[in-house]
Amino acid sequence: MKKLVRNTIAILSIAVIASSFSSCRKEVISRVDLYPSLTPTNLDLNADTWKPVLVTDPTVFTVAAPDATTSPAYVADLNEIKGYQRSLTDGQRAIIKYWSAGAVLRWNEIMRELVAKYNIAPYQNPDGTYPAPSSTNPFAYPLFPFSNPPYAARAFAYVSAAEYDALVTAYHFKNQYNRAAPYKVDTTIKALIPKSDLPSYPSEDAVVAGAAVEMMKLLFPTEVDYIEQKAQEQQQYRIMAGANTRSEWNAGFSLGTQVADIFAARARTDKAGKAIGTPTYWTQLQTQTAAKGEIYWVSLESPKRPPMLPLFTKVTPFLFDTLTVVSLRPGPPHLTHSAEFAADQKEVLYYSQHATRENEALVAFWADGIGTYTPPGHWNAIAADEFVKQHYSEVRWARNFALLNMAEMDAAIVCWDTKYYYFNPRPTQMNDQIKTLTGIPNFPSYSSGHSNFSAAAATVLTYLLPDRGTKFTDMAQQAALSRLYGAIHTRQDIEVGLTTGAEVGQYAVQRAQSDGAGLGN
Amino acid sequence: MMKPLLTHFYKCIAIAACLYLSIQHASAQMENDGIMIPKNYICAGPMFSTSSWTNYWEGTYKRNNGNIGKVTTNMYSFMATYGITNDLIVTAGVPYITSTASAGTLHDQKGIQDLSVNLKWRAYKLKTDKGTLSLFASVTGSIPLSNYEADFLPLALGSHSKNVTGRVVIDYNYGKVFFTGSGAYTNRSNITIDRNSYYTTELIYSNQVELPNMSDYNFRAGYRSKYLIVEGVADISTSLGGFDIRKNDMPFPSNRMNMSSVGGNIRYRLKSFYGLEFSAGDDYVVAGRNVGQSNMIHGGLTYIFGIIKKKTVQDKDSFKN
Repeated sequence: MKKLVRNTIAILSIAVIASSFSSCRKEVISRVDLYPSLTPTNLDLNADTWKPVLVTDPTVFTVAAPDATTSPAYVADLNEIKGYQRSLTDGQRAIIKYWSAGAVLRWNEIMRELVAKYNIAPYQNPDGTYPAPSSTNPFAYPLFPFSNPPYAARAFAYVSAAEYDALVTAYHFKNQYNRAAPYKVDTTIKALIPKSDLPSYPSEDAVVAGAAVEMMKLLFPTEVDYIEQKAQEQQQYRIMAGANTRSEWNAGFSLGTQVADIFAARARTDKAGKAIGTPTYWTQLQTQTAAKGEIYWVSLESPKRPPMLPLFTKVTPFLFDTLTVVSLRPGPPHLTHSAEFAADQKEVLYYSQHATRENEALVAFWADGIGTYTPPGHWNAIAADEFVKQHYSEVRWARNFALLNMAEMDAAIVCWDTKYYYFNPRPTQMNDQIKTLTGIPNFPSYSSGHSNFSAAAATVLTYLLPDRGTKFTDMAQQAALSRLYGAIHTRQDIEVGLTTGAEVGQYAVQRAQSDGAGLGN
Repeated sequence: MMKPLLTHFYKCIAIAACLYLSIQHASAQMENDGIMIPKNYICAGPMFSTSSWTNYWEGTYKRNNGNIGKVTTNMYSFMATYGITNDLIVTAGVPYITSTASAGTLHDQKGIQDLSVNLKWRAYKLKTDKGTLSLFASVTGSIPLSNYEADFLPLALGSHSKNVTGRVVIDYNYGKVFFTGSGAYTNRSNITIDRNSYYTTELIYSNQVELPNMSDYNFRAGYRSKYLIVEGVADISTSLGGFDIRKNDMPFPSNRMNMSSVGGNIRYRLKSFYGLEFSAGDDYVVAGRNVGQSNMIHGGLTYIFGIIKKKTVQDKDSFKN
């Protein structure tokens, strides 16, 4: 009996220890769910004078004059708000809380999510060839798109720039019509988000949604349903929160769509659709490199996969012309038979064979490989975490993301130009003893994409947020070094990549210095 | 994409978790078997296992992958069991693991994995002329002993979670024939990974990952005598949550990893060198989801000895426990 008691006590105490273990299990909270409601410190009412990216004249767009506040239509709009506000559910309050962090921010997050979701390389055919996603048949396997880093950079740029131009245009009409928010017109309407003196017709949220939805239909055609559902939810948020009437939303959404159509037309003809190249061109890359006496890049995948988007270099940049792409191309890498090249390879081998846990962590943090939002997405996430602290207006959010992402897209173009001009082998191709600490990308080595993307982003962010000091350039250094420590790149790859990326970033800074927006705040 | 190492090793640990012996009977004792060790005895020794797979299930789609080839995981462990009473034993084990892929560029992994501690209690025993029926309850806790990279599948050494497993075991034997069945539930803690966002079925902005809990059912039957045990084993391990690896995507620690395996073990105790026991076995995954179709071969050597001279051997017939 005594034994039974003792054993029972033992088991009970184990159970207590066990339950303390299980308390380690907590619901995982996304940090983006903790973002506060957007409360701009500056409304940027002069944003209608800021320089758009593609739009030349806001008056070419159709935005009907708003109904008079005394009209039956407007009164009906107000009644819709009041109807919602009488009995909001918890779910509806959660929608308000989510979207109140900001329209540009949330649509950027939706983009990042779709990029991560579609960033999977196609599975091979039985004969060892690979199928390619098709924009004309997007639902066939492999689903369109494969949102690899160049595709993602371009997608972020188009959506961000379209949102920015749409907002600049919207400010023209906001200032023209100068309609006060519903809660100012009718004081029985509650403002469930921070009040704003910004004219509310057309709705700035709707302009962003209209632009984002229109662009994303093109960029992520299999997600139209999801994208439209998000826009519906956002529309409901604006009305429930008393921030916009339905007619303010509709006018904004229509304007956003119209502006985005200009960007969509550009996207359809920017040559990205042909970036995949042809088997003839893939072979030509090898022969022209061999003709120079250089060892050419070979896919390290099994079965061998065609190189990623070799003709992305031909895509029309946002910040400069195609001749500038060539002029930004860095000089050649160390010749593959040179002593310098061998020394660089030796250093990569060293890091492969001396992988510390710290290096593994750095490599994993910056890897941004398959199934992630890619390096451009990572820099969007970094920027968003910082922008949230700045309490920007929507239009400044859009402008700063547009600057960042145009720099990322153009960095992709210049980097891809470099990669395919030199068609330089990866360290592991030269020495199969060089094992990598993350997946090896399927394109040439020189120069490092991570370094180009990171330096371009850091240059833009350092200009926009000078009080952060060297924070972003330090991060870019870490991102670049992670590729050396991960045995993905040589030191020359990352050093040259950082230099070129920073040069591309400077073009965005030059634009920022002259677009009329200033530094804000 | 791989065999949930955790579960696999856990099982291995169980298999390795030797021990038992009364003065006359040697046999490996496991968390999921019906074998005990008497009070004030210690049973300890090294264990080895090697496990490899070429095919794996990506969700429910079975494939191989030229970018990893054959994945081989070797485990070198040391186990010890102590009899607190004749009905309560404690077992601890520590494995060192190496993990390599035969193709592709991924760097191999090696290091000390998790400490596991198991307490096993014989709660009930009924002897009749129709055989002996015993009921056991056990609790296992495991905790990582090194900062290995869990988010490096398929080569990660483990899931790097802190786990607690509760198991109920029923054991019946008649003469030298036995049957043992058990069911377990494993609670797994969240883990911290090196990146601060990841995609599952949505994008999560955190370095915390919620791992699905697991259930396990284990059945074994065979011959059990003083010097020899020969048994067949079937095991069904299921993730209670998690998500599938999408076509050609990378694996992730919170995938839904299920597997069913069959195997056999043999344990032999020397008559000439008292207290020494050998064990060997094989375990093959016949069905799975988001795991590798592995085959594991294992072997071990254990030695049992009393630590108090005045012996209180109440249950010498250990195999029959």
